[in-house]
Amino acid sequence: MPPCDEISKNEGKEMERDRNDVIIKAINLRKYFPIKLGFIKSLLVKEVPLVRAVDGISFEIKRKEVFGLVGESGCGKTTTGRILVGLIPPTTGKIYFNGNDLTALTYEELQRLRAKMQIIFQDPYESLNPRMSIYDIVTEPLRLQKEEHSEEEIYERACRVLESVGLVPPEEFLFRFPHEVSGGQRQRVAIARAFIVEPKFIVADEPVSMLDASIRSEVARLMLKLIEEFNVSYLYITHDIALARYMCNRISVMYLGKIVEEGPSEDIIKHPLHPYTEALLAAVPVPDPTARRTEIVIKGEVPSPINPPPGCRFHTRCPYAKEKCKKEEPQLMEISKNRFVACHFPLES
Amino acid sequence: MTEEILKLNNLRVYYRVLRGYVKAVDNISLSINRGEAVGLAGESGCGKTTAMMAVLRLLPHNAHVSGEIIFEGKDILNMPLEVFRKEIRWKKISTIFQGAMNALHPTMTIGEQIAEAIILHEGVQEKEAYDRAGKLLDLVGIGSSRLDRYPHELSGGMKQRAVIAMSLACNPSLVIADEPTTALDVIIEAQILKVMKELQRKLGLTLILVTHDLSMIAEICSKSAIMYAGKIVEFADVVKIFKYPLHPYTQKLIAAFPSILGRKTELAAIPGFPPDLLSPPKGCRFHPRCPYAMDICRKEEPPYIEAEDNHFVACHLVTK
Repeated sequence: MPPCDEISKNEGKEMERDRNDVIIKAINLRKYFPIKLGFIKSLLVKEVPLVRAVDGISFEIKRKEVFGLVGESGCGKTTTGRILVGLIPPTTGKIYFNGNDLTALTYEELQRLRAKMQIIFQDPYESLNPRMSIYDIVTEPLRLQKEEHSEEEIYERACRVLESVGLVPPEEFLFRFPHEVSGGQRQRVAIARAFIVEPKFIVADEPVSMLDASIRSEVARLMLKLIEEFNVSYLYITHDIALARYMCNRISVMYLGKIVEEGPSEDIIKHPLHPYTEALLAAVPVPDPTARRTEIVIKGEVPSPINPPPGCRFHTRCPYAKEKCKKEEPQLMEISKNRFVACHFPLES
Repeated sequence: MTEEILKLNNLRVYYRVLRGYVKAVDNISLSINRGEAVGLAGESGCGKTTAMMAVLRLLPHNAHVSGEIIFEGKDILNMPLEVFRKEIRWKKISTIFQGAMNALHPTMTIGEQIAEAIILHEGVQEKEAYDRAGKLLDLVGIGSSRLDRYPHELSGGMKQRAVIAMSLACNPSLVIADEPTTALDVIIEAQILKVMKELQRKLGLTLILVTHDLSMIAEICSKSAIMYAGKIVEFADVVKIFKYPLHPYTQKLIAAFPSILGRKTELAAIPGFPPDLLSPPKGCRFHPRCPYAMDICRKEEPPYIEAEDNHFVACHLVTK
């Protein structure tokens, strides 16, 4: 990753291209959460310990692209998603949405832009207010907008978006409450709520992981169908790399707040370059009892993001770690076309 | 050589609720041999957990159970609960609970918790119980040095291993693992599955793995039963289930799982959603979602038959 000021030099040239095919671009994003200390401890400790949830990541998402962010819990993928839609401010770094720097906007300007980006949460049992009807839930984003909409228009748009997400006939669902519909239908309601403002960019945070297998693939397919209908791009956050293969054009693998590998999804699945990606793939259970499996089960668990290991963050669990990995931190580099990896000794090279 | 350890005969579990009876498990029969690892798969609400809780006799009061559960030749469903609790539960049949991370007592060390089970069931001295608890922790890869740790001092994967150690405390012959890896990350999940597979082979355990994740069954089980809406729709060894499934539901369910192997194909979806078990559909319960549904499927319930050698299925397509 080039240092920040170098980026700003090239900014003018790149902005032009970006405006056309890049919907959102994150540069060197960091998010550190301070740890709450008790009163006594806060007097004794000189420096407040920080959880480095996201520690310097950059990426861009093109129009109509599904960009997957894959990693274990605690790797910072959800934090990244929330930063992108402006739910939490980044500690440092810049986000360009449609060419506008989100981090430099005032609250009101941000509010207006937010209509163009939405988020879909993981658990449809938690993300829908049980005391609101589906009509109220779905139309709330419209009512929150600065522009005035007539009640007829709101009703019509609600019907249209429910049809798009496959809740037909919409009249039958509009005045039901979340507890009256099934889990898959709830998630469709959450998707409808995101799409009613016709966003251009959506953060989908594990949108199908709470759903049953038979329902899951249907909702996943629905989300892909909506790309064409609404010209939308997704940041698809998931721990399930097998599902990411089906959903995403490109995948980025995160480990302890850093991107360790990025590339087109099929390439990543077939030829991982980072040992962590390799281990992640080897750990995925395969629905085929006759398949021959590579046995690379790495030991131990993810270290704490408060004190990440020096050098390469993965070296404590890496089966190929060498002396250099303990001291020097590898940078994310493009080692073949579109394939980025942050490893001193990438696989197959 | 093959000895039947557990047999379910026409097992029914109905929950009485205000609006009627929820037919959570409706007439299932299943036979499991000693030393096998059997997967019980299905979506949430299909009755898989209820069926296994019936075997452990841990159902709530509003559950009405009928049929037979034969374990090692004894009818455990109709024996006095006190005898079952003393003789069978944990000593012979133990379980790894769903959400095992929360199954540990937060203010007791894991050593205490494992030793407690041993002392209560076998009446041994404390010293011996702790020794055995230590050996169990070695066995699951935590190490006996962690006997006096509290659950909050252990990571998720470690807690899961401790719960597995606890299930093995009294040398049971049957272990029922109910979604043992939910809430764990893929890499930890792979580690836990490996431990379970090794232990099952090493100790000659009979394992029933209850899960919604078919790929986990493919990894560690030798046989698998597929449940849908309170019924077992198919039961065979895993290769047959995954390679030559006979029931349309099994076929669709397998196709709906994303895989990292092979060519990328489109993910299959099953339209509709599982039925309400208060009033399940007439005939075959899968017919409203089945692409091959015929007239007979809407009227008559398909019999559960042995279509091929050791391959049981309940579908009119096969019977025809």
